[in-house]
Amino acid sequence: MNPSSSSGLPVRLAGVQHRYGDSVAVADVDLLVQAGELVALLGPSGCGKTTLLRIVAGLLRQTHGQVHIGDRVVDDLPTPQRGVGIVFQNYALFPHMDVRANVGYGLRARGEASDRIDDTVDRMLDLVQMRKFAHRRPRELSGGQQQRVALARTLAVQPRVLLLDEPFAALDKNLRLDMQIEIRRIQRELGITTLLVTHDQEEAMSMADRIAVMNAGRVEQFDRPEAVYDWPGTRFVAGFIGTANLLPGRLRRAGTGFTLTCDAGGSLALAAAAPCSRDGAAMLSVRPEHLAFGAAGGSGPQATVSMVVPLGPQLVYELTLADGSTVKVTVPRHGEDARVQAGERVALRLRDGAPAAVFLPEVA
Amino acid sequence: MSGAAVPGQRRGGLLLALPLGIFFAVFVVVPLLLLVAVSLYADADMTRFGFDQYLRFFGDDFNRGVLLQTLWLGVKVTALSLVLGFPLAYAYMLAPPRWQSILMLLIVLPLLTSAVVRTFAWVVILGRQGIINESLLALGWIAEPMRLLYTPGAMVIAVAQIELPLMALPVITALMNIDPNLRQASLALGAGHWRTLFQVTLPLAVPGLLAGSLLVFASSVSAFVTQTLVGGGQHMLMPFYMYQQAIQANNYPFAAAIAVTLLVAVMAVVMLINLVGRRAKGFVHA
Repeated sequence: MNPSSSSGLPVRLAGVQHRYGDSVAVADVDLLVQAGELVALLGPSGCGKTTLLRIVAGLLRQTHGQVHIGDRVVDDLPTPQRGVGIVFQNYALFPHMDVRANVGYGLRARGEASDRIDDTVDRMLDLVQMRKFAHRRPRELSGGQQQRVALARTLAVQPRVLLLDEPFAALDKNLRLDMQIEIRRIQRELGITTLLVTHDQEEAMSMADRIAVMNAGRVEQFDRPEAVYDWPGTRFVAGFIGTANLLPGRLRRAGTGFTLTCDAGGSLALAAAAPCSRDGAAMLSVRPEHLAFGAAGGSGPQATVSMVVPLGPQLVYELTLADGSTVKVTVPRHGEDARVQAGERVALRLRDGAPAAVFLPEVA
Repeated sequence: MSGAAVPGQRRGGLLLALPLGIFFAVFVVVPLLLLVAVSLYADADMTRFGFDQYLRFFGDDFNRGVLLQTLWLGVKVTALSLVLGFPLAYAYMLAPPRWQSILMLLIVLPLLTSAVVRTFAWVVILGRQGIINESLLALGWIAEPMRLLYTPGAMVIAVAQIELPLMALPVITALMNIDPNLRQASLALGAGHWRTLFQVTLPLAVPGLLAGSLLVFASSVSAFVTQTLVGGGQHMLMPFYMYQQAIQANNYPFAAAIAVTLLVAVMAVVMLINLVGRRAKGFVHA
C-alpha cells in the first residue's frame, strides 16, 4: 500500500461516442494513453473533452464504444472500482471536514485501519506540502492550497489513473505556473497515468507528454506538443494552437523539396510538405516566427510593413501582401530583420529548416 | 457610491418602510403588549394587577402537564416531519427536472388549501366510517371499526402531514445548494451511496433541517384546528386550553397568561434551534 510505488495503467478508448439527446458530444474517439503518460485533452469549450473525462471516470456512460484501463474493459464498473482519481475544477473539498478528514475520506470509505489511514494521510500531506494546514477547514485555505488538498485526497486512495478537470482554471497566473510544475513533479514521481482536460494551450504545451487536440467531439491530432505546434495535422489545429498565417497557392514538387507559388505573388521553397503533398491548389500554414525577410524584389511574396509592435524580447510585424491579405511575422528584437521599419517593402521567405504545414485549400 | 449613505437616501428608505412599520406596530406589537397587560390582572374581572395568573398556572400539576404535552407534541411532530421530509426533499433533488416541477406542485399544493379542509380530510380518512376502517372491514381483516380518530398518534400524524411543506421546502433549498461535485467526489473516492448520504449530503443539509424544524415546531404547537378536530379535545393542549378559558370560562387574564407562557416557551425552543443553527452554518457556508 505504498503510494509512491503505485504505477499507472494504460488507458485505451475504442470507438467511444456520446450523445446528449440529439447532440453529439463525443464522436468516435480512439485514444491510447501509455502507462505513466500525461496526456492533455485540449480544445475549445464544447469540444467534448470534459464529457470524455467523465466517461473514463465512470460518472457518465458512453453511448457507444469501450473504455479499457489496463487490460480490463471497465464499462460496467462503477467509479469506485475503476481505480481512477478525479480532481474537479472547483476541487469539491468537503466544507464540513478539515484537511486531514478530507484527505482520509477515501481511505475510511474503503475501511482501512485507522493507524494506516493516519500514516497515509501524513505522507500525502507531506507530498503536497500541506502538513502545516492539516487542521484547517477548506474555506480557510487559498485556491492553491485547496488544490493541493484535493490532489492529496485523490492520490491517497492510490488511483492507477489520475483525471484532472481544468485543474488550474481557478488559480491566478503566477500560482498556476507553480502548481503546474508541482503537479508535473508529483505525477512523474508516482508514475501515474494522467488525463488533463484543459482549454489553455500553454498549459497543455508545458505539461503534457502528448496532446490530443479536440474539436466538435473528435480528436483532430494526437501527438507530442512540439509536433502539434510545428506540424499541425489539420487546419483547425493550426488555427487553435498558436498563431498561424494561412497562405493560399499552388504546390509543386521541386527536386527533393517543394515550391509553393503564392496566389498573392512570389513563391516559397519548402523542404517538406505535410500532411498534404499533392501537386495543385494548397494552403500553407506557417508560424509568425518561422518567416523571415529578404530584400524587396526577391523570389518570395512581396509585402509592405504596415505595423511594428514590440512585444518583450521580440518584434511583431504586420505586413500586407499584394492581394491585400495580412501576414504576421515575429523576429528577435536584436536580430538582423529587426531593422526593417514600417512602410518598407520586403520579400518573405521561410527560415532555414522551419516547419510549415500544407493543407488542401478550403472547399468553398 | 456604496460607502457613505447619502442622508436623503436613508430618510427616503425609512419613509418607504413606514407603512409596514405602522402596520407591524398596530397589529403585532400593540396586541402583544395588550396580551401581556391582560395577563397581569390578578382576577378574572380585571380589577387589580398581580402575577396571580402565572402563579396559578405554574402552581398546578395539570397546567404544567398541558404545557409539557403541547411542547412534546411539537417535538414528536417535528421528528416525524424530519423523517418524512428529508427523504421527500432528497427524492426531489435526485428527480429529473420534469418530475421536479410535478413534485414541487404536490409539495406546495397543501399550502394552498385551508388547514380546516385538510383536517377534515383526515377526519374522513380516520373516522369510524372512514376510508381506513371501511376498507379493512370490507377485506374482513377486522371485525369492528378501530378507534383511529381522537387518538394521540392520529393527531401527531395529521399535524405532521399538514406541516410537511414547511419542512420539505427549506430542506430542498439546502440540498439544491450542495455542489453536486461533492457527491461525485465522494463516490469517486470509493464511498457508497449510503456513506455519501450520511457523511456528505446530510451534514450539509443541516441548516435546512434546522430551519424546517423551527417552522414546524412553532407552527405545530399552535395548530389549534388540527389539534382539536383530530385530537377531539381528549387531551388538553395549550391552544384549546386558551380557547376554553377565554371563550367558555370568560377568564381572559388566565387565557392571556397561557398564551404568554406558550409564546415564551416556543421562543425559547426557537432560540435554542437558532443557536445550534449558527454553529452548523459556520462550516457549511464557506
